[in-house]
Amino acid sequence: MSGKPKLYYFNARGRMESIRWLLAAAGVEFEECFLETKDDLTKLRKDGSLLFQQVPMVEIDGMKMVQSRAIGNYIAMKYNLYGKDLKERALIDMYVEAVIDLNELLMTHPFQPADKKEQHFATIVDKATNRYFPVYEKVLKDHGQDFLVGNQFSRADVQLLETLLMAEECKPDILAKFPLLKSFKARISNIPTIKKFLQPGSQRKPPLQEKDVAKLMKIFH
Amino acid sequence: MSGKPRLTYCNGRGRMEPVRWLLAAAGVEFEEVFLETREQYEKLIKDGVLMFQQVPLVEIDGMKMVQTRAILSYIAGKYNLYGKDLKERALIDMYVEGITDLMQMILVFPFSPPETKEKNLDSIKDRAINRYFPVFEKVLKHGQDFLVGNKFSWADVQLIEAILAVEEKIPAVLSGFPQLQAFKIRMSNMPTIKKFLQPGSPRKPPPDECYIETVLKIFKK
Repeated sequence: MSGKPKLYYFNARGRMESIRWLLAAAGVEFEECFLETKDDLTKLRKDGSLLFQQVPMVEIDGMKMVQSRAIGNYIAMKYNLYGKDLKERALIDMYVEAVIDLNELLMTHPFQPADKKEQHFATIVDKATNRYFPVYEKVLKDHGQDFLVGNQFSRADVQLLETLLMAEECKPDILAKFPLLKSFKARISNIPTIKKFLQPGSQRKPPLQEKDVAKLMKIFH
Repeated sequence: MSGKPRLTYCNGRGRMEPVRWLLAAAGVEFEEVFLETREQYEKLIKDGVLMFQQVPLVEIDGMKMVQTRAILSYIAGKYNLYGKDLKERALIDMYVEGITDLMQMILVFPFSPPETKEKNLDSIKDRAINRYFPVFEKVLKHGQDFLVGNKFSWADVQLIEAILAVEEKIPAVLSGFPQLQAFKIRMSNMPTIKKFLQPGSPRKPPPDECYIETVLKIFKK
């Protein structure tokens, strides 16, 4: 028992990546157990380790936590990345929930059938540049501070950076009209814990390749 | 300005219903603004009132809150329905998130094409009986009245809402779950919840054709 959190998931981003980001940003070392086959998932289910038969699952502080939002909330609170009071938490929650919505679109893109891919890509770009990015650009413009909420590094900054980078993987010039998001990206990427996570060899996972999609579908279905 | 929270949504359950439940359970009176036309919705967007151009919107404590989970977390935190410490919060979050996954299936059900409805109903029944209800049946074997920390919390409110919603579709669904049957009676008899379950309360009826039509009309792209 090492005392480090232990993450159970596939060797892929999926719903665990935001948790990896958050732990890394907080400077918390963690271990990973990768599910490679359907049997691996079945075994975890049979062990009674998965409250609702699903991963992500994170063993932390004597708990087997499931549900990515619950896990994210716990880590954010424990490591002081959740604002200083109820109102800052409310802002962080609003910003994070919207980012999760955009992430959902980005995450499901590789799984779209071929005839829907182009349409889906257009939706991602439209929502990112018309619905979500303008909000964060304005937040940063209005207060002129380094971080999204309360002039302090929080979970909202971590999740936004993660999403900005994923969006750029999708469309490299997607931040063209958002100068403050560009400087935000540079600034947050330079925070030591995050800089380390962005280096090769870290536990950050690469984007899903076409060839991995079929493999993942086999484990799930 | 009455000081009461003000809810803006369609005149139906949808994503706002858990918010109505939680406020009611906390004994908090609230006002409602119902969206009836697309023009109303577009005006809200133009006025810059909807952070991500979406409802639910809840005006509370000087904030215009959006994103259902952010809203619910704030209310739970404010009215002491979120456990006494980080670990109780973690449990509440896990339970709430699991229940929300089940409620999501019920939420989208009325909007599914007629030919998929039977299959979707079977899925709801399967998930309720095999994945979610057994978890809470087991939790309640601790012999306490409430799910977490021997104290009324957001998790209890979410569970009673879900039980009643599933029962509307599958009347005998609790037949294998004696603890949940007792829980249902116990929660229904709590004064604030009892009041909410009476006719004339802000509780909304199950979605009907008229509601579905209104939603499609207002939010159609």
